[in-house]
Amino acid sequence: MEKFTKLQSQAVPLPISDVDTDQIIPARFLKATNKIGFGSNLFRDWRYLNDTETNSDFVLNNPKYTGSILVAGANFGCGSSREHAAWAIADYGFKVVISSFFADIFKGNALNNGILPIQISQNHLNAILERLEGHPETIIEVDLEAQKCTVDVLNIECSFEIDPYKKYCLINGFDDIDFLLSKKAEISAFEKNID
Amino acid sequence: MGKTLFDKVWDTHIVDTVPEGPQILYIDKHLIHEVTSPQAFAELEEKGIDMARTDKTVATADHNVPTINQHLTIKDALSRKQVDTLTKNCEKFGVTLYGLGHPYQGIVHVMSPELGITQPGMTMVCGDSHTSTHGAFGTIAFGIGTSQVAQVFASQCVLMNKPQTMRITVNGKLNPNVGPKDVILYVIAQLGTNSGTGYFVEYAGDVFEDMSMEGRMTVCNMSIEMGARGGMIAPDQTTFSYVKNREFAPKGEAWDKKLTYWKTLHSDKDAIFDKEHHFNAADIAPMITYGTNPGMGMALDAQIPTAKNETEIKALQYMGFKEGEELLGKRINYVFIGSCTNSRIEDFRTVASYIKGKRKAANVNALIVPGSQQVAAQIQKEGLTQIFEEAGFEIRQSGCSACLGMNEDKIPANEYCVSTSNRNFEGRQGPGSRTLLASPLIAAMTAVEGKITSLT
Ligand code: SF4
Repeated sequence: MEKFTKLQSQAVPLPISDVDTDQIIPARFLKATNKIGFGSNLFRDWRYLNDTETNSDFVLNNPKYTGSILVAGANFGCGSSREHAAWAIADYGFKVVISSFFADIFKGNALNNGILPIQISQNHLNAILERLEGHPETIIEVDLEAQKCTVDVLNIECSFEIDPYKKYCLINGFDDIDFLLSKKAEISAFEKNID
Repeated sequence: MGKTLFDKVWDTHIVDTVPEGPQILYIDKHLIHEVTSPQAFAELEEKGIDMARTDKTVATADHNVPTINQHLTIKDALSRKQVDTLTKNCEKFGVTLYGLGHPYQGIVHVMSPELGITQPGMTMVCGDSHTSTHGAFGTIAFGIGTSQVAQVFASQCVLMNKPQTMRITVNGKLNPNVGPKDVILYVIAQLGTNSGTGYFVEYAGDVFEDMSMEGRMTVCNMSIEMGARGGMIAPDQTTFSYVKNREFAPKGEAWDKKLTYWKTLHSDKDAIFDKEHHFNAADIAPMITYGTNPGMGMALDAQIPTAKNETEIKALQYMGFKEGEELLGKRINYVFIGSCTNSRIEDFRTVASYIKGKRKAANVNALIVPGSQQVAAQIQKEGLTQIFEEAGFEIRQSGCSACLGMNEDKIPANEYCVSTSNRNFEGRQGPGSRTLLASPLIAAMTAVEGKITSLT
């Protein structure tokens, strides 16, 4: 997994709440047997009007908005557990998703793919979304070590929570699977008692 | 202080606790399917590691399989490759597979309980959010992402922080024509789609105690639609009778031993939940959804409430509905009866007893998709096939089908579908499709009337 420490970037606003993983990546694109290329179908049915025509009203098709931070409404990533949603977001180039609330499984999937989900208050989220609407050039700064998310022009400096173990994993590019493999002896001992 | 049902099962499965971090939870059964497993098998291969416990893993093909002519080669090249990849991986690693054509094949959450693989007190995971279904047996069961599928392959464990507990109690007696699906749609409409996030739910009270196992599975299945990782119901005589004598249920002495243990699996009287909700059975009416998340539900004969925010306004636009509008009388051209929520034999009995001697309306396409080969066989055995055929319903072979629109079973753009599945998200049943979630009974009635009609 790629390491994550700090990020300074413009951001893409998606002021919609309850964005479910079926919107992030519709089921018909889940036929792949690898993790590559999901980014081109990220938010597919909002991005395209039909098979070829793009929807110029959708934010990802607005050239003014760029950057590796996605700022989205509450309850982001609800619904299906498909990790393809996290793969699509990462493959598109987002490294951070900011929202006022994340669905459980999505949050875990994001962290397992080096994407940092940052939960901030609804007030701060509203202020950032409003700012981005008129000022796409706004820069957001994320510091994982300090657990801080800063928007200078808005005088916003909010701290965010992250599980200390997960923080360690992100900063060091460390996977859960490596950790679990290092616990083989304990797991075998446990199994002896139950089998 | 007493323990909750959840605590009892959780605590006996903890291998270790990471300081200031998650716990290592041991998994008794890992269910896999073709869509969320290939990248996990690939990870094992990249890392050059073997599977820890193939004997605790069971595979089936369900999400991406055709529901017609399952004996033929799958036409869609990508789907075929995905199903073949599962077969190859299972052969290579030695995992039991109930693939296409196998008499046990079916939607993973229908297949496992009916074979007795799901048992009280277990921990179960699957790369599918509706794994919560198995909680109906007093099991800790939840959906995981593909990275975690790989972790379970490698270690038979997942890393997880212990969730908080919530109890939802529904007491009293249900009104006529109100079933398990209505109960859970009602609860989600009352509490909202993110009310369960961070919690494991226990459903308690008369209503769940009186419910069949099929009904309990319908309820636990939709726990994820309120954001909860899982939902549980304490195992009782109904549970034990259901599990007993099934293919993989313990037998003889092993059964007696397990049964003694299972009988201890209930929340102690003095157990404290982090959150409690109470509802009255009498307040629940037959339900239907009108929006694009399962929380946007109302009584069948109610009027669409005022939108609370931008997202709900957008949802009504997508659905082509207006605030204050009634759904009664709305013409419906598609009815889907299937999915891991409502594709068990009891669901089809309900449908059959309503449509017997009736015919579907001319405008309606009515699709019946059994949850498993065993359910399909049972439909045949009980003579329901004839009832469905005479009523003009189309019976397919088992799979997820139009629940998620991954194969060719899709609802066309702008068409309404009254569906017994669990998600009414935008485009869930096909691009532009508009889903109204309801019980099997309401779905059957809609098919017969060609429009949404009151039950009374
Ligand atoms: S029937 Fe639908 S909800 Fe259930 S496992 Fe299949 S796709 Fe998921």
